[in-house]
Parts: sequence; C-alpha cells; structure tokens
Amino acid sequence: MINLTINGLSVSVEEGTTILEAAQQLGFPIPTLCHMEGLTPYGACRLCVVEIGEGPRAKLVSSCTYPAQEGLKVRTASQRVLRARKMILQLMLASCPQSKTVQDLASKFGGIQGHPFRQEYEDCLLCGLCVRMCKEQMMSGAIGFRGRGKDRSIGTPFDIRSDICRTCGGCMYVCPACQLRCTYNEPEKAVCGGCQNLPPPCMEKFDDMSCYMDPCVACEICKE
Amino acid sequence: MQSIRSLDDFQTLQKRLKVDTAKNLPVIVIPASTCAQASGANEIIRVAKREILQRNLSEKVGLRITGCHGFCQMEPNVLIEPRGTFYPKVGMKQMARIVEAVGKGEVLEEYLYRDAKTGRRIELARDIPFFARQVRFLLGQNEKVDPIRIYNYIANGGYAALARLLGEGRPADVIEEVKKSGLRGRGGAGFPTGLKWEALARQDGRRGKVLVCNADEGDPGAYMDRAVLEGNPHAIIEGMLLGAFATGAEEGVVYVRAEYPLAIKHLIIALDQARKLGLLGKNILGSSLSFDIDLVKGAGAFVCGEETALMRSIEGKMGEPRQRPPFPVERGIEGKPTAINNVETWANVPLIINLGAEEFARVGTKNSKGTKIFSLVGKISNTGLVEVPMGMTIKEIVHEIGGGPENSVPIKAVQTGGPSGGCIPATHFDLRIDYDSLAEAGSIMGSGGMIVMDEHTCMVDVAKYFMNFLQDESCGKCYVCRKGTQRMSEILDDITSGRGTMEQLQTLEELAQVVKDASMCGLGQTASNPVLSTLRYFREEYEAHIRDRRCPAGVCRDLITFTINENCNGCGACKLACPEKAISGKKKEPHFIDMKKCIKCGMCRSVCKFDAVDVR
Ligand SMILES: Cc1cc2nc3c(=O)[nH]c(=O)nc-3n(C[C@H](O)[C@H](O)[C@H](O)COP(=O)(O)O)c2cc1C
Ligand code: FES
Repeated sequence: MINLTINGLSVSVEEGTTILEAAQQLGFPIPTLCHMEGLTPYGACRLCVVEIGEGPRAKLVSSCTYPAQEGLKVRTASQRVLRARKMILQLMLASCPQSKTVQDLASKFGGIQGHPFRQEYEDCLLCGLCVRMCKEQMMSGAIGFRGRGKDRSIGTPFDIRSDICRTCGGCMYVCPACQLRCTYNEPEKAVCGGCQNLPPPCMEKFDDMSCYMDPCVACEICKE
Repeated sequence: MQSIRSLDDFQTLQKRLKVDTAKNLPVIVIPASTCAQASGANEIIRVAKREILQRNLSEKVGLRITGCHGFCQMEPNVLIEPRGTFYPKVGMKQMARIVEAVGKGEVLEEYLYRDAKTGRRIELARDIPFFARQVRFLLGQNEKVDPIRIYNYIANGGYAALARLLGEGRPADVIEEVKKSGLRGRGGAGFPTGLKWEALARQDGRRGKVLVCNADEGDPGAYMDRAVLEGNPHAIIEGMLLGAFATGAEEGVVYVRAEYPLAIKHLIIALDQARKLGLLGKNILGSSLSFDIDLVKGAGAFVCGEETALMRSIEGKMGEPRQRPPFPVERGIEGKPTAINNVETWANVPLIINLGAEEFARVGTKNSKGTKIFSLVGKISNTGLVEVPMGMTIKEIVHEIGGGPENSVPIKAVQTGGPSGGCIPATHFDLRIDYDSLAEAGSIMGSGGMIVMDEHTCMVDVAKYFMNFLQDESCGKCYVCRKGTQRMSEILDDITSGRGTMEQLQTLEELAQVVKDASMCGLGQTASNPVLSTLRYFREEYEAHIRDRRCPAGVCRDLITFTINENCNGCGACKLACPEKAISGKKKEPHFIDMKKCIKCGMCRSVCKFDAVDVR
C-alpha cells in the first residue's frame, strides 16, 4: 500500500493507483474531460491538474496519469490549480462552446461566464477519447491522430472509409464535443431513438464517407 | 581494416599511429562541414589537392579535411598546423598561393585575418579575439581529427579512455567519475548525467538497456550538435561506449534529424569503421563488453527532441510526449530502461575520463561544470560557434568574442535557449551564464542558441515570431499547450497590428503563466518564456504598441510610417531600391515617400547611407 496525503487527508491506496482515483476515493472532486474508466489515461486535456510537491519544487501534474507515490502531498484546489483550471475551461469555451460537456464543466468547476478570447466554433477538442475507444474497447483502431500543432486532427487514414471500421458508433458515444450533434438539433427528442426511423440512410448515398452510425440515425452530418 | 581482438593490439596500434602523425610536417587544415561547404570549401579543397600534387609537396605538406572550427563567418577558412596560422575567407586563387607559401614555410601577410577594431592583421588563430577567449574542449578536437578516418581519431588519443577502462576500470568508477565531474546534460534541462547513469545502472537489465544519443537539434538557428556530429562522430561513439560500460546497456541509438545529411553520412562511416575495427559489436577489444549502435533518422519535428516523444518516434510511432513518471530510465524504448543524452553530453564523456573529473570540474561555475558551445548569431560582428567555460558573462561573449554589434546600431538583448528561451536585456549582460543563472533571469540554457538583437528589433515581434514557431511545433496532444500557444499568438498578432487592448495584455500574461504551469512536457512548460521574458524586461514596448499604437523599434508594419528627413541629399539610392516605386524626387534634391504606395518593407532605410529615412 502507498500512503499519501490529499488536501491534508491521509489515504492509503494500492500501488498503481493514480492521484485522480485516490482523490475520488476521498471524495474530492476533480474535473476531467479526456479521462474515462476503461480507457488508458492519456493526460491531454489537462483539466485534472493538481499541485504536488512543496516550495519551489511544487508543480502541476495531470492527476489522471500521475501514479500515487509514497509520501506525496497533493492539493486538488490550490490557487495555482484553480487558476489553471479556470484558464483551461475558458480556452475550451472559446473554442467549443456548443459542447454540453464543456459548458457543464465550466459552470460546475469555475462558475465561469464568458472568456477573453475570440470566439471559435470547433467541433473537436482532440481529447482522444474516440481514438482510444476505437482501439482499446472496440479492438479496431480505425481512427487516429495526424499532424501536429494547429494542424492536428483525428480521422481515418487518408480520410477515406476505413476497412476496419465496423461503424459501431463507439467514437461518437464517448465524444464530449459532438454528442449534441449526433442527436441532431433536438436533443430531447433524439435520445428516444425515434429518429432511427427517419429516411434516408446516408451510408448508401455517400459510400465514401466513414459514418459511425449504422443503422442511420439521420444525424445529417453527411449533409454538412 | 583488421579487427582488433585484444587491448594490447589496440595499444600497439595507437602507439604506431601516434608516431606516424608526430612528424611535425606542416598540415593544411580545411573545414568542410555543411557551413563551410555552403561557402565554397569543396572548391578550395580541390585546389589544395591539385596544388600539392603539382608542386610535388605530398611528402612535405599534409592536408586534413575536418569538421567545423566555429568561425563560420570567415568560412571557408584554412588553418596551417602546427603554427596555427589562420586564413579567413579563402578563395581558389588564394588557396593556390597558400599551398605554395606553406611549402616554403612562409606566411602570406596580406591574406591574414584583419581585426575590425584595431585594423591590425593577426596571424595565429589563438590570437584572434574570437578564438582567444574560448575554451575549446570539443571544438578544438574538430581541428585535429578527420571525421571519416578512425585512425586519425585513434592517433589523437581516441578510444584510449575506453581501452584503459576495459583493462582496469570498474563500471561504478566510471559513474563516480562522471558524477564528480559535475557534468550536466547539454540538451537543455541540465540534469546531472552521472545521476542518470546511476539510475540506469541500478535497473534490472534482464530485458536489456538502451542508450540514446539525442541529435534531433530542432531549435532554429542552433547547430552545435551538427558541428560535433559532422566533425567528431567517434567522440560520440566512444562516449556511448563508456556509458555502456558504466550502465550495462547493450543497445545504442543515435537519433539524428534527416535534415543533417552530412552528419548522417559521417556517422554511418564512423559506425562502420568502429564495427570493422572491433570497437562495436560483441566482445569489444576481446573484453566482455558488447554494445552496438543503430542510427535512426527523425523527420525533423521540434517536439521529437523531447525525450518521451523521441522514444516513441524511435519505436516508429507518432512523436508525442507522455507524462513522466515513469521516467525513461524506468520504462523507455519498448519498455526497456533507457538513458537519453544530448550529443554534446556524450562528446564530453571521453574528455572527462581522459582529463580526470577534477581537472574537468576546474572549468565552470559551482553548479555548472565544463564548457558549453553556443551558436552565436544575429546582429553581431562575428557569428559562429563559440565554446566557452560556464560562467562567462554575456558581455564577454557578445562584445569580446562576438566583436560587438554588426553595425552602428547598439545591441539591445540576447535571446538564449532556442524558441522556448527568453530574452535578456543589455542591462543584464553581466550575467554569468550557467544553467541556474539563466533560469533565474527568465530564460533557459536550452541547447545553446544565442541570438543577438539590436535596437532595430521589436521585442513584441520577436515574441510573436517564436510563438508562431511553437504553435506549429507543439505536438498538439496537450490542450493548454496547443490552444495556449495559438491564443498567445493571436493576442500577439493583435498587439503588433495595433488592435491590442490592455485587457488582452493581462490575458496574455495569465495565459502564459498557465501554459507554463499546466503543460505536460518541456515544450509547453517553456513555451511561455518568449512572452514572459519580454514582458518582464520590455513591458513598455508592449504598452507602446497598445496605448500609443506605436512600434518603438520601427518594425511592426501596421504601426509605422516611413518618412525622409532633411539629411537626404538626393542620391537616389532609396528610389532605386523601392520595389513599389513609392519614392520620388529629383537628383540632388530631397526625396519623398508616397504613403499610399508604401508597403513598409524598409528597403529605403536599409540602403540609405545618410540616416535620412525615419521610421515612426
Ligand atoms: C521541446 C523540446 C525539445 C528538445 N529538443 C532537444 C534536442 O533537440 N536535442 C537534445 O539533445 N535535447 C532536446 N530536448 C531535451 C531532451 O528532452 C532531454 O532532456 C535531453 O536529450 C537529455 O539529454 P541531456 O541530459 O544530455 O541533456 C528537448 C526538450 C524539449 C522539451
Ligand atoms: S482528464 Fe487528466 S488530462 Fe484530461
């Protein structure tokens, strides 16, 4: 067992536990976006940062990837953590305001209204949940990252329909940014699955497109 | 080339080679590194060879082709050993005469280096101010060895450290020696190399251990690693062999960027020769040490220099970092414990073993030992690679070695540490350079880039330039780094084009702090340095851009206007140079700029000899 303190409270956890899991055991809330149980921790969104260490050596690390270590002192809500968290949420709001997940996190963890940046409407946060879902849970690996910096994106190789994609929809299921989109523009109604009866099946019309939904839910992404 | 199977055979060979080279003949040394070739070294080498043959001097004059000596501004240059006569910027005709003069034992006064300050000619390289203040542990070897001849390296004492240790050393002693020397990683972070090796040595070696030489060198404007790779590849191989002996690693990888074809060529030759001679492979020199080195070419992404991204790249995956721990020495390439060191770090290792840790540690400051190579570029008289002891002041480097400003415009700042380094203003030039002092001043050692900027440089523009580089080179995995650099770039763009607000300046500062704090890898953690350091020392420039819509240095195009003042004597130079034909005026009468046509390229200002073009 490994002993550490989180916000002054001691906790013992098994070796291999992450700080995030340890904090959850104690009931300390830490916002996460790119983390999901059952998928390898990725540490990309940085929302889950916590402060470890003391004095000049104190630093922020992503709690979802950082292993609990003997004697570690963790602060999940220090000034430094809150400042970073707020800024990250503002950056997300500035780029992906249509995501319900982001909006919910922003109001729950920062009480944030507005942000100081130019408004963008991006439909991907590059959290990589879909990539890991596809590979680790669906055993497919049809999609992946390409490019770097501002050109980084997710897609199938050469942007053509992947042979190994089984259109399971797993990627879409886990996506924090486009879940509103997959339920089209009337989310309340779409949750019931009623739209599945709607024609036309876009897969047949656009057979070079790698749609994740089969049968078609008439999401109309293909029309965009 | 016959394989050497025992230590005795190696020592016999080394003795013989040393005798061969000790004949004290004059040798013409010509650097043919990438920089020298670009300025015409190949031609003068051809001339030198031809002249030596034609004048029947083959027995009397030697010729050695080497890597870069550092004074790149004066390339192609020629050094005559053993005297040390230095001929800068040698042309084909001059080369022919130099060969003749060397044959006769003469010195050609008129071709010698002329000191810009005193106007005096200086014969010997060691008397030239550029070289005089340097301590050339590594670059000095570049003069001595021909990189594609392993015998040449051995004749200069190469692989002797390895042979000695294989004979009587213990791995723990090597680690102790490296620890005592105080060597810190030259790749940027300055982690003590001895500690890293000790951690690797302690790891369970059942699955094998790996040593990596990080030769990715992605900083724009930095090329010291290239100079060592091209000029002295065996020093790196020997360094890695010593590391293997110390840590028990059996595999080595050199990760070089593909943009360094000559370095790759020299490395391939060097590895091949070392293998043939039995210095790499199984049972090296008949001992129980087995070690071999692979060469991996990187596609030139800045982030692939970061060690966790580098390992993924070597594994054939996309180069993106991951959070440490686990550290590479715990879980590295394919799960094997791995120690990664920079080119310059490896090249320092044989030196430490040869000199002894105490002698090595005599050079440098309390916490940073030895020398560091900087690539000195920008608005400075002498550009090139300079190797100085840790602890030298920036002033000495810039004004004595570098010879001060390039023209009459005073120097304003130096930027150290590559794109994610910081700017240090001229008022702080008394700073003694080492890892800690640079970090305190808001910059970093980085891999050793040093860009000198003069008063005609806008610091906001500089920050924007580096931020643009970083937003392209961020791997994009970690959200704060990717979006943070993009947003910082956006704000800097607003400020330099006159749209900035004071609120944005505050946002910029907060964002910079968060990117530094919350990023996963070193790229993001240092990406804010260009912004934070310029804000720290040059805040008034930012404010001038925002409050007064003015660029004090006269750089940001949206904020400046060019006018011609009363100094104009109507020479017409600007009129000719203007690409938009925006300048009019009669000969010998003051000229005018038509604002509507002016695209603010600054050509007029750069051609004017009378200081008659104002920029506001
Ligand atoms: C963005 C980034 C780029 C880097 N680029 C290089 C590089 O080009 N060469 C290098 O040797 N180290 C580079 N490093 C440092 C390496 O991660 C690592 O610290 C170094 O290779 C370790 O060797 P050392 O201990 O000998 O310095 C880079 C680090 C970061 C964060
Ligand atoms: S949840 Fe930990 S970095 Fe995204």
